Amino acid sequence: MSEDRSRKYINPYIGGVLLGFVLLAAFFFSGRGLGASGAIKSAVVKSVETVAPTHVETTDFYKGYKETHPGGPLKDWLVWEMLGVLVGGFISGAIAGRLKFKVEHSPKITSKTRIIFAVIGGILFGFGSQLGRGCTSGSALSGMAVLSLGGFITMAFIFGTAFALAYIARKLWI
Amino acid sequence: MGPLVVYEYISANTNLLMAFIIGIGFGFVLERSGFSSSRKLAGMFYGYDTTVLKVFFTAAIVAMLGLLFFSLFGWIDLSLVYINPTFLWSAMVGGAVMGAGFITGGFCPGTAFCALSIGKLDALAFIGGLVIGVLIFTEGFPMWEGLFYAENMGTPTINQLLGISRGIFGLLLILVALGMFFVGEWAERKFPREEY
Repeated sequence: MSEDRSRKYINPYIGGVLLGFVLLAAFFFSGRGLGASGAIKSAVVKSVETVAPTHVETTDFYKGYKETHPGGPLKDWLVWEMLGVLVGGFISGAIAGRLKFKVEHSPKITSKTRIIFAVIGGILFGFGSQLGRGCTSGSALSGMAVLSLGGFITMAFIFGTAFALAYIARKLWI
Repeated sequence: MGPLVVYEYISANTNLLMAFIIGIGFGFVLERSGFSSSRKLAGMFYGYDTTVLKVFFTAAIVAMLGLLFFSLFGWIDLSLVYINPTFLWSAMVGGAVMGAGFITGGFCPGTAFCALSIGKLDALAFIGGLVIGVLIFTEGFPMWEGLFYAENMGTPTINQLLGISRGIFGLLLILVALGMFFVGEWAERKFPREEY
């Protein structure tokens, strides 16, 4: 089994070192860490603006966001980074022969159940990432690398809560 | 010398190109490490697969040490690197909500995009959820504005709080990580399973 495993995925410690170098490159070139949820926020604000421009003009939150992000999504660092993630993930998947449309789930649940819980989980994570000023990449990982207190707190609460709820959610995964 | 964009060695548009290239590296490493599989990610919380722990902490330590060395060599000015601000309550509540989302949905935002890139439809559903969740936050902002800005501590670093140097804290973090890796390896032997 271990041979099969090493063929499929990289050794996790080597993967971690490589990810660390990617993160270091982001700091060195751009003076900032990696992120993900910020790109979604950028796209969401742009979409709301397109659908309901007057609503954006009259809502304090959107006005504030637009003032701090004047260029829109196409000038947003995280949007370009996430487009890169799609390309990089695709290249790796293509090399490893993992490109396939599928719904991955535990044999104990149906695809439909998996999709429903994926949406619920996404809603929670999306909301939490905005409240916590960044997700696992932007707040926890990048925050820890610069020794931000908030990064460590967010990391501890993400993993702590997930561990605490793991027993209840076990059917979804094992 | 660094960060290059702050010292204007590279322009704003080149910075966006760098974001794209760095993103490719990010997505490639995530996928190669197995982060495109929700069951593999969730394995972290049942002990049968602690890849998340190993990759995550190794990466944080490598980047942390890298920044430390770069600053010692004079290659980067750490005062110009973005440090995430700490708002105590929102960091805790936001983190807890994200943790609930992680165990229910099996992804975090970055890994969901990585999984989508190889065709995982559950990741697409998760991203749909992310959009809804972000929209709920932005639309209902006045309702959680108080929580969002509560207990603003500025940008403290954890070593400042503990009153020790960056290097000493780094050493402690490495020792803690080694301890956790040891537990992780033990758990994987105790709860073996097939690769997803």
